[in-house]
Amino acid sequence: MDPQLEAFLRQVLVGLSIGCYLALIALGYTMVYGIVELINFAHGDLFTFGFFISLTIWGLFDVPTPLEGAWILALPAIAIVVILLSGGLNVVIERVAYRPLRGASKLAPLITAVGMSFMLEAIFAYIWGANQINYPRFIPTTNFLNDFSRIIRFTPRDILLFGVTIPAMIGLTLFIDRTRLGKAMRAAAQDREAAAMMGINVNRIIAITFFIGGGLAGVAGMVYGLYTGSGRFIMGFEFGLFAFTAAVLGGIGNIRGAVLGAFIIGMVQAMSDLYIGGEWSRVIIFSLLILMLVFRPSGILGSTTSVEKV
Amino acid sequence: MATLLEAKGVSKKFGGLTAVDTLDYSVEANAINSIIGPNGAGKTTFFNIVTGYYKPTTGTVQFDGHDIAGLAPHRLTRYGIGRTFQTIRLFGHLSALENVLIGMHHWLRSPWWSDLLKLRSTLREEAEAIRHGEELLAYVGLKGFEDVESRNLPYGLQRRLEIARALATRPKLLLLDEPTAGMNPNETKDMTAFIRRLRDERGLTILLIEHDMHVVMTISDKVTVLDYGRKISEGKPSDVQQDTRVIEAYLGSRALKMIKN
Repeated sequence: MDPQLEAFLRQVLVGLSIGCYLALIALGYTMVYGIVELINFAHGDLFTFGFFISLTIWGLFDVPTPLEGAWILALPAIAIVVILLSGGLNVVIERVAYRPLRGASKLAPLITAVGMSFMLEAIFAYIWGANQINYPRFIPTTNFLNDFSRIIRFTPRDILLFGVTIPAMIGLTLFIDRTRLGKAMRAAAQDREAAAMMGINVNRIIAITFFIGGGLAGVAGMVYGLYTGSGRFIMGFEFGLFAFTAAVLGGIGNIRGAVLGAFIIGMVQAMSDLYIGGEWSRVIIFSLLILMLVFRPSGILGSTTSVEKV
Repeated sequence: MATLLEAKGVSKKFGGLTAVDTLDYSVEANAINSIIGPNGAGKTTFFNIVTGYYKPTTGTVQFDGHDIAGLAPHRLTRYGIGRTFQTIRLFGHLSALENVLIGMHHWLRSPWWSDLLKLRSTLREEAEAIRHGEELLAYVGLKGFEDVESRNLPYGLQRRLEIARALATRPKLLLLDEPTAGMNPNETKDMTAFIRRLRDERGLTILLIEHDMHVVMTISDKVTVLDYGRKISEGKPSDVQQDTRVIEAYLGSRALKMIKN
């Protein structure tokens, strides 16, 4: 096969896989913004939390590397525990740090979120260490495409990644579109006071939103660990910024927009890594953010809430 | 007649400003009551106390046998208090029917996992809710507009949709904050007749804030006048109309002297 084409196809798969993590993080960003109009800068750290806490849970057992036999069933079980813990942590953060400030000016919870992010990162560094941490290689990296190409790689890790993230995105979309609770979330996102007057417990809806957002980010962190094999206490900051860019790109507050934005960013990163050079990827992605904010602040698919300057 | 709502000694202070000042107020079941007064008299603040947005600084509020002062709005809705807002606050991106369905949120029962799997119980409840929603829309005069996004409806219909949505919460008491604001004389006349129908046909008790004196004097059983958060007059429309304190509050004391002279 033409090596140019091979390299291109490899980067397409890389772009899709980056898009998958980013989408899971961006969904939480956009849902929280949709309801409380808060750019939750601490959101990316839930991703890091999912990475570390899953590592700790694996450590409690004597797990064979790579996973074999019944241990494969531990994957979904631990994923569920990670979702519950990261979702729960996000609910606690909302309760102690953001809810008391709900009546205050928009700047107050925003600064608090930045502070919360620093706090979480310091706590992670304290508990799990400040160095690059290796994640056990539970999932083998045998390339299914070996006979076809040695450059384009599709491994059991990719199956895990797509197998977790894509159903999660579809499930969330169905949840919001179809369920009564999802409808209540959409109502609360448009007008909290009016929603309360409809008998909707808005505090509960906000807590559920933080739970879902935190859970998705946490499970993304776990999958990231399994996929790449390492991570660091600070990584949520950068992933959070990328996910935020994705959410803005798609239209902040817009669920489908967040997924679309995440895949665009993933692709842009993969392609600029190949054709321009990895050191330029961030420049290109954040330039995209700036251009979007200047020329089309409501995003590609449109913001569901009225666009406000942050 | 039974008393549905009773506020005793209710005050609300915002810092140094007393928006509502030791107000005693009651609404009899099945009555149409109006609260009037100049801008800033505390009318909407009182509405916000009754609907749970504000906790009164002092005083008690009883509704239908419950002590409600300071309860969260969604709980008051469950007790049977519905409201519309001074400026329209529909869920603009949702259709007329969806707006009404959200009004039914608190008394529908199907859990989210049943909604996702589309279990038979959910489908049955949903079909019932949609039928009820269409009925309500037809009742307020929005038949045929079910699927229109509510922000695209003409103004007068948006006002009616807000009422349909409030009705969907199954209220006993309906609070209408300036229901005829921004309407032309014909629309105002229709709305006045419609409010009366809500009471006569659906057995609702209605509490209005209204600036249009013609509307107030036509439909009210009892009119209460607030000024600087205090009740300055209360009674039948004809009594309040004659009350010099009311004229003074609206036009100022000099105007009153001019009228007397």
